[in-house]
Amino acid sequence: MEMIVDQQTILLDKEGFLKDLSQWNPQVAEQLANNEGIALSDDHWEIIDLLQQFYREFELSPAMRPLVKYVGQQLGDDKGKSIYLLALFPGSPAKFAAKIAGLPKPDNCL
Amino acid sequence: MASKRILLICRKAPYGNALARAAADMALAAGAFDQELAIAFIGDGVWQTIDQQDSTDIQQKNHQKLLSAFELYGISESYVEAEALTERQIEPSRLSLAAKPVNQQQLSELFEQADMLLTV
Repeated sequence: MEMIVDQQTILLDKEGFLKDLSQWNPQVAEQLANNEGIALSDDHWEIIDLLQQFYREFELSPAMRPLVKYVGQQLGDDKGKSIYLLALFPGSPAKFAAKIAGLPKPDNCL
Repeated sequence: MASKRILLICRKAPYGNALARAAADMALAAGAFDQELAIAFIGDGVWQTIDQQDSTDIQQKNHQKLLSAFELYGISESYVEAEALTERQIEPSRLSLAAKPVNQQQLSELFEQADMLLTV
């Protein structure tokens, strides 16, 4: 699978995750979100930035439970709730947000 | 059903093969699914817990960073073998993890209390 962003060919695996994580940039994120039917707002970007911070800190894509906890620690309890993340990234927040943020697929994700 | 109390025993050094990483992944998976898991580092496994690890030159992920995610995954109970620290001249102040040093006698008691032992 591939997509074209800004005349660049971006290779994706069969679940739509980037094959080459270094190809990530904000335009690529917009397109990846588009593939999932999500239009990125500031609230989305806040979570995407936080996921990338998580990855730098732990070299790991978080599963849902630790992601909720981390969001709560960093952005406050109002946002550290699975319902908040589900509203932004319907279905599987840990998986879709990691995909859009250009991280590897979370290991412990159903 | 009450969850089983799992004790994960890590005996391998952090780098050189994939076993330490596999054990930590197992712990994180258990944490992600809210299982009750404690972790014990014994023998060469205590090398996993020291601070200032730098794996850049061997192009491996940093094991210390991975272990630092334990708290977010709800894994708060960890132990290191005191004798193994002494044999390797590792000061307890060098531990990156909030692991509790325990002697071999106390470790045997922990083994007794667990419903399931996993050794990697």
